[in-house]
Amino acid sequence: MVPMPQDPATIAASATPPRVARKIKGLSDRAIAWIFVGPTIFLLLAINIFPLIWTIRLSFTNFKANRNREVEWIGTRNYERILTDSDIWLNMQATAHFLFWTIFFQVLIGFTLAYLINKKFKGNDLWTTIIVLPMMLSPAVVGNFWKFLYQPQIGLFNYIVAFFTGKDPSSFEMLGSVQLAPWSIVIVDTWMWTPFVMLICLAGLRSIPDYIYEAAEVDRASKLRQFFTITIPMVLPFLMLAVLFRGIENFKMFDLVVQLTGGGPGSTTELTSINLKREAFEKWRTGYASAYAIILFVTVFGLASIYVKALNKVKER
Amino acid sequence: MSSFSVTEPTKRTKWFAGTMVIVYALITMLPLAWIMMTGFKSPADAISYPPKVVFEPTLEGYVNLFTTRTRQTEEFLAANPPETWYEEIVREYDMVIAGPSKFGERFLNSVIIGFGSTFLSIVLGTLAAYAFSRFKIPLADDLLFFILSTRMMPPIAVAIPIFLMYRQLGLSDTHLGMILLYTAVNISLAVWLLKGFIDEIPREYEEAALIDGYTRFQAFYKVVLPQAATGIASTAIFCLIFAWNEYAFAVLLTSGTAQTAPPFIPTIIGVGGLDWPAVAAGATIFLLPVMIFTILLRKHLLRGITFGAVRK
Repeated sequence: MVPMPQDPATIAASATPPRVARKIKGLSDRAIAWIFVGPTIFLLLAINIFPLIWTIRLSFTNFKANRNREVEWIGTRNYERILTDSDIWLNMQATAHFLFWTIFFQVLIGFTLAYLINKKFKGNDLWTTIIVLPMMLSPAVVGNFWKFLYQPQIGLFNYIVAFFTGKDPSSFEMLGSVQLAPWSIVIVDTWMWTPFVMLICLAGLRSIPDYIYEAAEVDRASKLRQFFTITIPMVLPFLMLAVLFRGIENFKMFDLVVQLTGGGPGSTTELTSINLKREAFEKWRTGYASAYAIILFVTVFGLASIYVKALNKVKER
Repeated sequence: MSSFSVTEPTKRTKWFAGTMVIVYALITMLPLAWIMMTGFKSPADAISYPPKVVFEPTLEGYVNLFTTRTRQTEEFLAANPPETWYEEIVREYDMVIAGPSKFGERFLNSVIIGFGSTFLSIVLGTLAAYAFSRFKIPLADDLLFFILSTRMMPPIAVAIPIFLMYRQLGLSDTHLGMILLYTAVNISLAVWLLKGFIDEIPREYEEAALIDGYTRFQAFYKVVLPQAATGIASTAIFCLIFAWNEYAFAVLLTSGTAQTAPPFIPTIIGVGGLDWPAVAAGATIFLLPVMIFTILLRKHLLRGITFGAVRK
């Protein structure tokens, strides 16, 4: 809660406002409201909406930002090319794999942890704070140091896996192999973001009032039944919110994976954002990349809207 | 325990839950602990197999992080004995320190851009949040949703036109450009969080002040702001952490003068061969402030990461 050293109403009542100030009292509330909101809206229009409109415009051209040639309108050709390009569907698949498995593991581990922490053992606050640390760190720097941990000869990860499985630590390369690389990014993202899901689930668990369980106990409902008929449904809206946040974030995923694998080997971990960066800032196909960006934005926006509707339905129940 | 409660977990349950959580916490801390340790290893120890847990600590990584070095002939080294402890460390490899590295500058850029954008986001965000909380604004819900939706765009998608726009305006690779950009990204978070905090302050306080002859501005300034101080402080830390950690815009829009630490740290590895201790030292220095802030913030963490959707 907000600390309240002294009742502010008393402070306000005891102080006499200076006379000069009364002169500008004429400003209506509506005017003040616009003065207060105006700068924010202006900034967002200038740095978010204006660029978005510009992107839409560019997406219908063959503009290349590194060349000074005549820009031609080419209609929807960029869109047609993207949607029929099989490589882009591969990137979409890589993104879907990443999205599905990160959310799966994060929900599973995050919920379990929250459930355990909610048993209120001694020192649970301290351990919660420790567990939460990874998610606040810079994803680029995290990706960079996990690359070190994944080194086949010297890395800690390979060493530990080798220690427990008896394999030779240099016999597998997490980042270099086509089979393992998609899982290596799932592992790091799960390490980093499980606490996020955990925190939200914990809030959900703590929002369930004790008397519901007490009533169930009176009705002689088994613990297992209580779990499935009380705990899970009550936490579900929270869990779905966590999934929404993680879904949007991981759909946009760039920094962590770029540092870890750079999209490789081949294009096995080339998520859509990484692919987009390559088209826009390495191949400089600005018009084409703009169309790509719009497609991604519409996809994430559309999926999120459908999902929010579902979330609201669950909440109403 | 004197009274029996059906919802209170048994001692055995607590013990089991506690053990599992602590085991997870220790595993999850292992990568971080390992990086911090690597920062104090010599390059040879850092790449030894099996990985060394016990080693002789050295500040070599940190010296290499902050300096650039050149190899010298034996005559030169003999003629110029080392004067400082860090010169001595470098001498073991027949090198001398040629000058400071760019890490200091990049770190300073992170500080300037982080604090600059946080300050702007908080000023603009507080004003907007107050207006949304207290006044009837037409289409307020739509505006708020619009503010939030700007956060859904993939940064690379926005980066294309911003790159072009900044090139025309001369804002590429400038502190001002990055501050404005991070403010625009952070403002959605600031408005949503602060609106939640201001909503919690009873309106009666201001109304009392207004009746006493305060103007709206004075009521906002003298009554609401002090009450919202905790909320403003935690929102500020969230904005700061975001700006501090951001990588995608930084790597696309800056290359020199205004480059922040996240795009720079990975490049350290290329400077002196496979100098993992220097990278680890850089990561440690960069990540520590965030860890400290996270611990300070723990009470408001949930709120911050969910844009105020979950409040406990």
